Amino acid sequence: MSIKIKTDIAIIGAGPVGLFAIFEAGLLKMRCHLIDYLPQAGGQLSEIYPKKPIYDIPGYPTVMAQELVDNLVHQAEPFNPGYTFGERIETLEKRAEKDFHLVTNLGTEIEASAVVIAGGLGCFEPRKPEVEGLTRFENGKGVNYMILDPEQYRGKKTIIAGGGDSALDWAIYLSELCSELTLVHRSESFRGTPDSVEKVMALADSGKISLHLNTNLSTVHGNGKLNGVTLLNTRSNEEVLVDTDYLVPLFGLSPKLGPMEGWGLNITKNAIEVNTDDYSTNIPGVWAIGDINTYKNKLKLILCGFHEAALMSHSVYQYIHPGVKYTMKYTTVNGISSF
Amino acid sequence: MIEVNILKSGVKRTLEVPKDMGLNLMELLKGEEYESIEGTCGGMALCATCHIKVKEAAPALSGPSGDELDMLETLPFIYKESRLACQIKLNENIRNLTVELVEN
Repeated sequence: MSIKIKTDIAIIGAGPVGLFAIFEAGLLKMRCHLIDYLPQAGGQLSEIYPKKPIYDIPGYPTVMAQELVDNLVHQAEPFNPGYTFGERIETLEKRAEKDFHLVTNLGTEIEASAVVIAGGLGCFEPRKPEVEGLTRFENGKGVNYMILDPEQYRGKKTIIAGGGDSALDWAIYLSELCSELTLVHRSESFRGTPDSVEKVMALADSGKISLHLNTNLSTVHGNGKLNGVTLLNTRSNEEVLVDTDYLVPLFGLSPKLGPMEGWGLNITKNAIEVNTDDYSTNIPGVWAIGDINTYKNKLKLILCGFHEAALMSHSVYQYIHPGVKYTMKYTTVNGISSF
Repeated sequence: MIEVNILKSGVKRTLEVPKDMGLNLMELLKGEEYESIEGTCGGMALCATCHIKVKEAAPALSGPSGDELDMLETLPFIYKESRLACQIKLNENIRNLTVELVEN
């Protein structure tokens, strides 16, 4: 059964700018629902460099990327935002003014009065290995590029491919759940965290992980649903067929603009053109803020995105409540509980 | 100025770059709007979206660091000449540098 959500503002992207937009919209009594393809809030800060310091956030001489995200989530909490993670908006339909209908790849529907795109560099999409026919088994037919619910793999045969920390960590975790866990890596050794590498090697020695080094994915098999993968050892040129229920290639993420290219927005060089008066797009009712937008003298900085979120919120308020005069209230005077 | 040769789909293009601006190769290629160079992480060797091949370089070009090798390791396919462009500093050590763009 698909989920239906109603909100004032649908925010596409839960990076720092999308998160701060909840706060700014909240001060104007507008509620937000955020949708992000990644399994957690924070965008590239959480996904790519959680432990890196950021030096150009006003008021923070230095702040760790993940700490900034945690603070932004905390700051937004009083305004009761909704979140949908691990899903990507596929279609954006404007049925009338103040009536938008969005649908995710998993069928979740969102009805919103306004739409704000805070998509950063686009959707972080998994890198896919070049294996013929791999895409036939996507969307529930055995090939997954990220692990959203580990329980799905309980008692199942699973092949993980990849050599980074994510592949190692999931191999360790799933070796407890799966009936058979195979780890495939194209190199001779792993360069991940030494602790994880050690654990994987120990699990391989004890037979809990079937480890295939110097090995690539060669062919995928199955009729409608994946049932086997042929692995090619690049040293010996020998092939081996491994029966499996799931194949999980974990080769990192790469940003792509994705479905929003087809929504009728004016796009230049992978960014959405906006009016700098209020960061509105060419579609009335749709705004774009943060790294995803472009305008003269654009700077891709988090602090610029925060400013854009504030101006956008006041413009959305006017769009949803035309003619209603709003007197600017300051949080320092009123606190946030009165908003 | 230093010269950097860029190979894309078999076509070679030579760019002249000032050697004292602290640029790295990812920034140069992004500035030239090569689409396969995203540089998502901004140059910290944390995303592998500026993967290129170094076809030719003077010996003075330093090799990849451990962090760079870690990140290259996460890609589905690499070549023996694979590097992350963001980790190649364009300074006076650069001579005879020819790089080839790959699909990322």
